[in-house]
Amino acid sequence: MTVDQSSAGLSAKISAAQAALDAHTVETIQWHFHESTGSPFWLEKKSQLKFDPLREVNSYADVQKFPLFEDEWLRGGPVERWIPRGLAGRPTYVFETGGTTGIPKSRVVIDDFRIDYENFSDTLPEKYFPRGANWLMLGPSGPRRLRLAVEHLCQYRGGICFCIDLDPRWVIKLIKKGWMEHLEAYKKHCIDQAVTVLTAGHSIRCMFATPKLLDALAIALEEQGTSLRELGITGIFSGGTEFTPQWTRYAVEELLGGPPEISGIYMTPTYGNTLMGLACSKPISAEDGFKISYYAPQPRAVTEVVDFSDPRKTVDYGATGRVKLTTLTREFFIPGFLERDEGEREQPFMTYPWDGVSGVRPFHEIASQTTVGVY
Amino acid sequence: MWNIPVIRWGKPYESLEKKTLSDFRTGEPLAQVDQAADGMVRRDMRNASAARAALRQIAPGDLIDRLKRAGELYLQADLPLGNGRQSPHDFVRAQAATTGLPEVLCRNNMQKNQFVLSQMGTILDALTRGLDLNILSRGYGMESRSVMVSYQAQSPILGAVLPSNSPGVHTLWLPVIALQLGLVLKPGSQEPWTPYRIMSAMVEAGIPAEAFSMYPGGHDVGGALLNSCRRSMIFGGAATVQQYAGNPGVQVHGPGFTKIVFGEDTVDRWEDYLDLMVESVCSNGGRSCINCSSIWAPRHADKIADAIAARIGTIEVRDIEDPQAELAAFVDPAMAEGVWGMLQAVIQRPEVRHATESYGDRFVRLPHAAYLRPVVMHCQDPGSEAAQQEFMFPCVTVVNCPQAELLKRLGSTLVCTAITDDNHLIASLSDATEIDRLNIGAIPTNRLNWLQPHEGNLIEFLFRSRAYQRA
Repeated sequence: MTVDQSSAGLSAKISAAQAALDAHTVETIQWHFHESTGSPFWLEKKSQLKFDPLREVNSYADVQKFPLFEDEWLRGGPVERWIPRGLAGRPTYVFETGGTTGIPKSRVVIDDFRIDYENFSDTLPEKYFPRGANWLMLGPSGPRRLRLAVEHLCQYRGGICFCIDLDPRWVIKLIKKGWMEHLEAYKKHCIDQAVTVLTAGHSIRCMFATPKLLDALAIALEEQGTSLRELGITGIFSGGTEFTPQWTRYAVEELLGGPPEISGIYMTPTYGNTLMGLACSKPISAEDGFKISYYAPQPRAVTEVVDFSDPRKTVDYGATGRVKLTTLTREFFIPGFLERDEGEREQPFMTYPWDGVSGVRPFHEIASQTTVGVY
Repeated sequence: MWNIPVIRWGKPYESLEKKTLSDFRTGEPLAQVDQAADGMVRRDMRNASAARAALRQIAPGDLIDRLKRAGELYLQADLPLGNGRQSPHDFVRAQAATTGLPEVLCRNNMQKNQFVLSQMGTILDALTRGLDLNILSRGYGMESRSVMVSYQAQSPILGAVLPSNSPGVHTLWLPVIALQLGLVLKPGSQEPWTPYRIMSAMVEAGIPAEAFSMYPGGHDVGGALLNSCRRSMIFGGAATVQQYAGNPGVQVHGPGFTKIVFGEDTVDRWEDYLDLMVESVCSNGGRSCINCSSIWAPRHADKIADAIAARIGTIEVRDIEDPQAELAAFVDPAMAEGVWGMLQAVIQRPEVRHATESYGDRFVRLPHAAYLRPVVMHCQDPGSEAAQQEFMFPCVTVVNCPQAELLKRLGSTLVCTAITDDNHLIASLSDATEIDRLNIGAIPTNRLNWLQPHEGNLIEFLFRSRAYQRA
């Protein structure tokens, strides 16, 4: 199936985006595989490759020559093996994913989270995410990229970010143990912190919240006779595979009080993780069935929807496949990592002239093993 | 194809997420069931008191009359279901096609539900020990012997997380409407048919629609329902029972481990009770918690096992439309395969003999489903794990157990039919707290007297007796 290029100028934009991606890919590969700039991990891997990435990667399509990235490589130390020599000596963060049991996967970051979220900041409507507004981060604390990233987003936009204590690893343990009363108590503990901050006169206007926590917060506020709107919230940034069209509709119609022009609250879904950064959504509307289509922050990261049995083959537009991620930044290179999610391949459009993915949900073969916590 | 919406206090809600229910034999889609989410349940439960308020506008006696009418409609009428009206015939066909229960058993369960609705006044009279229902309605009142009594509703609604495996269990929540409490139901994923049809019948009979909410959905919906209803019931396996044990707000209905026991005085006449044992094991496809899963005898256990095996070992797999069908299909063949795997491990134990072995294969795999034909085992050790098994098909272990050991070996028992005239044994069984329903004499375990409480008295679960004085 071919791309629908009927919109005037879309074809040119798609070509330009592809050219930018090809150029960015070559530059990134040169960086990661050159002896003077590459990371110990990739320089060692280079010797095992059946091709020379410095000479034989001349476009994004050539990234297919790499074997699929195995996220198990991210477990354990020394974490310094991931730091490109070209960035040695720079202040470095380590962010972790999972970790409920065993050694978590970790990723080193220097500036990527700032760059990703500054780019994301440019997509936020000023009316609902006003400059200088204070934020609430109603999400995980601890060694998580998201916590620092949201704080940076807020600071970048001139505000101060308030946070709560939330240990997602404990949440997953509670679910796995079936301690549902404790789970509810812990959720209430998190919501209590949020309500306290929101009602303490800090003039908070924007927030990050996971779908479950946003739901619980809205109900808690209503039980206290107030609402997100009454407290002055105008912009909400949220994310996760629970962010389905039905949940979005429920949130817009029942939690927020209607679409932004009526409720005064704008909510934007995002899809992201520690490895990729942040994919933005095409604007959502009731007319479009609250469909959510995500577009990766190309050229820094690319998402493809690939065949379940052949991850090197992209599915047709509208067809279902597994989400494959490629990350191409100076700090981190991930060639073809199969996410734990699946979805439908979406057409490019004027804002994001490259492929997107809609209907993101846990990959059906592992969905029953996936525990979705509060985040 | 049926489009079955979420119901939120009587109002249909079309979700953007739907689950397709198909005929397990052909894969033909039969219904699109709208899926609720946990937040929606929590949110709606804030208005639960309105459901009780609407029902309190109608006197209990009037509600009982309307429930009787609802029973007739449930059994005979074309009733609204989502995007159309469903006849009783279509109801039975759909229920059988998605649950695997033979149509003849689906019709039996309809009769059971209708009977309970028709007898609601008598049933509540028995469960309340003759209390004037207006006292429950008002919360207090004067008894006939001039004593002030007060019963306070502990919740304006009852929540229930319902199973897919047996449409007969719905009788447990039917009395709630007459008690002027709303109903919040999460239908079983394969069996939305009964709760929706009963709700439709009740509404057509004049029960306010705003007394009902239906939330088809995933496990998160069940969790939200249990968390946000102050009184609820759930049906599940042993793990579910363990999870909610000791929670005063949740009435758990798990495996029954229902038993028949013979006394020393009657066991030599065991042949007189063969029909009773067969019915107790096989009724309703062996799917119910009130089906007998073990028979305890001080002697002749081997002969009893062989005699039952001769009667039920020959039962064949038949199509769900066949009026002779006695076995239910496992619409998820993997579940049948898992059960058969567990059973094979039990059968191989040295103290166990498989009495139905010579009657052909027990595990029958069809292209889109699987069946388990009846299994009878003889177990020589009353302490064996084989004596405490329960599966969702006709499966019974006949256990050798000296009468003197019976009480300490019996374990948790939902229904116990004791075939004995030995007053000492009867007294011991009457005192045994692990037995819920006790039948003395020749009563098949599946024949419930609806005037008796089942796994706790519903009235005591929903209402609290308290002091009430007026100057």
